Amino acid sequence: MKQRVVITGMGVAAPNGVGLEAFGAAIRAGRSGIRYYERLAEMKFSCCIAGEPEVTEEMKLRYLTPLQLRNFRSSGILYGCMAGVDAWEDAGLERRPKDAEPDWDTGIVFGMGNSGVDQMREAAYKLDGGKVKRLGSTTVPQIMASGVSAYLGGILGTGNQVTTNSSACTTGTEAIILGYERIVLGHAKRMLVGSASDSGPYIWGGFDAMKVMNFKMNDQPEAASRPLSTTAMGFVPGSGAGALMLERLDSALERGATIYAEVLGGAVNSGGQRLGGTMTAPNATAVQRCITAALHNAQIKPEEVDLINGHLTATMKDPDEIQNWTIALGRKGADFPMIHSLKAMVGHCISAAGSIETVAAVLGLHDNFVFPSINCEDVHPAVSELVDTNQIVRELREDSSVNVIAKAGFGFGDVNACLLLKRWDASH
Amino acid sequence: MQEERIATLKRIITPYVQNKEALEQLTAETDFIKDLEINSAHLVDIILDVEDEFDIEIEDEAMEEMLTVKAALDVISAKVDA
Repeated sequence: MKQRVVITGMGVAAPNGVGLEAFGAAIRAGRSGIRYYERLAEMKFSCCIAGEPEVTEEMKLRYLTPLQLRNFRSSGILYGCMAGVDAWEDAGLERRPKDAEPDWDTGIVFGMGNSGVDQMREAAYKLDGGKVKRLGSTTVPQIMASGVSAYLGGILGTGNQVTTNSSACTTGTEAIILGYERIVLGHAKRMLVGSASDSGPYIWGGFDAMKVMNFKMNDQPEAASRPLSTTAMGFVPGSGAGALMLERLDSALERGATIYAEVLGGAVNSGGQRLGGTMTAPNATAVQRCITAALHNAQIKPEEVDLINGHLTATMKDPDEIQNWTIALGRKGADFPMIHSLKAMVGHCISAAGSIETVAAVLGLHDNFVFPSINCEDVHPAVSELVDTNQIVRELREDSSVNVIAKAGFGFGDVNACLLLKRWDASH
Repeated sequence: MQEERIATLKRIITPYVQNKEALEQLTAETDFIKDLEINSAHLVDIILDVEDEFDIEIEDEAMEEMLTVKAALDVISAKVDA
């Protein structure tokens, strides 16, 4: 019998809400976290709108010491520490004192696309000026890929595997699957999983150059991220972090922890950049196989999926994703599951997307609601051809019938991840 | 002069000090790592702060010696009073 894994804590720093309570209220209300940034306009960005968590100096000090915050420029690490510590405390766990044994049974998989781009920029200027010594002692932890898991491990005192995964926009969903698998394999009792992404021009610039972002709606930031819409014109960049405490069921029950939902299983794969797959576009066969493999791993039949929390970035690829779901599930029209995209509210949070979106999915399961996919008044005809538009959740549904959610993430490099979540039912 | 410099040094190292009691009893003999429990990785940051404060540049060899209050004062005075 496979180990059962449940979610016992969560934390989030998202553009439309920092902390579970604020985020939960925002996604119920369909509130956008996308704003216009004059700085991006000054730097000649085409897309001058973005999503960034609003964090005060006072909030930072709840997570990092004044010493850690000296010369600290890694926004992604900050968001990751906020979400990670919140998830840990939400799960009812204590930070280990400095002179105590670490928690050998708990590990961390916390993903990042890249780490501390602002710190890297600062360092590069000093290096080019012949001032290598001026980099000080914190440049390395702020720019190393595993910076976020290293900071979190030190704050919490985790003694199991502490690592970082990186797979572009799949990162967050993949981190959850990696932590889940480690528990199922019997190597850990608890895994703090999640992902983070930096804010700002130095992380978003490359996407602006690719012209994959919506640069036509700078004057309407809240309406600009339009998944599944006819007028979807590219994604809007976001940032932040999401974190979940995964725990072996027996450990959670023993501790009397709050159980938000069960992780049934998942799968990751790659399209090999073959059969239509490229660095930036997915191989459709691989996406379908990933969904099928995730269902198999979770022992869930396609007809049991009630709701899809899509990758759906608001580019012209959205209809392709819908087509892949219809083929993989063998369901279309009115028989298609409900579907929505959090990116309509927070933008595409890049490496943080999968974890923030999974926190949203789990909140819905636990609190009996389905958040609205805003900015989709005009469903794309290629989507409505495949799926009954009533299945696109465009207004808040207080709907307790959702039992199983499929969450997917796809990323550059032609990589895919799919995760199955189930409402927690204490009687099973 | 020396007291003034000790006071300045104390202000610089304060953010890095983990043993605040030892900081209260700071003397010339106080060891940054053993007594004040400063993380050794932060010694390079202290040296950068000292350089900024006194407008001096400290070479790698001198950096290696700056492990106590006295050693730090000697390096500073060799530069500033030269």
